[in-house]
Amino acid sequence: MTAQQSRLRVRKQDQITVVEFVDRNILDEANIAQIGEEIGALVNDDPSPKLLISFANVDHLSSAALGALITINSRIKAKDGQLRLADINSQIIEVFRITRLDRLFQIHPGTREALASFS
Amino acid sequence: MPPSRGPSGDPPGAKVRTISHQRRDVESIGDAVEEEMRLAGHPAAACFAVRLAWEEAASNAIHHGNRDRPDGRIEVATAIDGARVYLRVTDEGQGFDPAGVIDPTLDENLECASGRGLLLMRAYMTRIEFEPPGNTVRMVYEADAGRA
Repeated sequence: MTAQQSRLRVRKQDQITVVEFVDRNILDEANIAQIGEEIGALVNDDPSPKLLISFANVDHLSSAALGALITINSRIKAKDGQLRLADINSQIIEVFRITRLDRLFQIHPGTREALASFS
Repeated sequence: MPPSRGPSGDPPGAKVRTISHQRRDVESIGDAVEEEMRLAGHPAAACFAVRLAWEEAASNAIHHGNRDRPDGRIEVATAIDGARVYLRVTDEGQGFDPAGVIDPTLDENLECASGRGLLLMRAYMTRIEFEPPGNTVRMVYEADAGRA
């Protein structure tokens, strides 16, 4: 049996977990489910998760991907953790505005600003 | 909707295809529509809008319409020119009442993990209509309609 290829690039910076996506298009629901599971495991493993998700490589995402982000946000909130989103291109930021999810998530223009925003 | 329609309700010359639920089929339609839009002179923002609407319509058809049946099929009609993109998606389900879908932008629904596909289709396309019983959606993107 071969190991499933990760859909994320993960690194630790201070106490913050920084996540980037491997895929440019986050549309395939099987991939979205895997992304949700992988980030969910990162949240589970951390008693007080501080997570930064960078969309630097992402060109497209669907409502299913938004749903996965909402679930991750709820899990982080339940552990009194913190979630930040960053590096979202102008087309995708419009998707967040249309859905009003820019009110739910803390979105920063770049990774540096997002890292500085954690308390 | 386009000014003239054939017997199926699609514009004359529309390409009609039947696809499976396989990701490669959904992707191949999206790729073909994007490529045809580029050749017709549509900008990247328009391609983004129509690609997103297609992905959401296909997802609705597979999950809500065909209830993820492995042998489910979706009929897709497309017609593209320099000014307008037409997409029809028909699933094999019983249909639904789009008026019954919750508004995910309300404060009390913001943390619901689903229900945004229809919102995005409406936001990014110029016109969208469901035909009773609701298992066919017709969408039109018009380049000069001030969207995307």
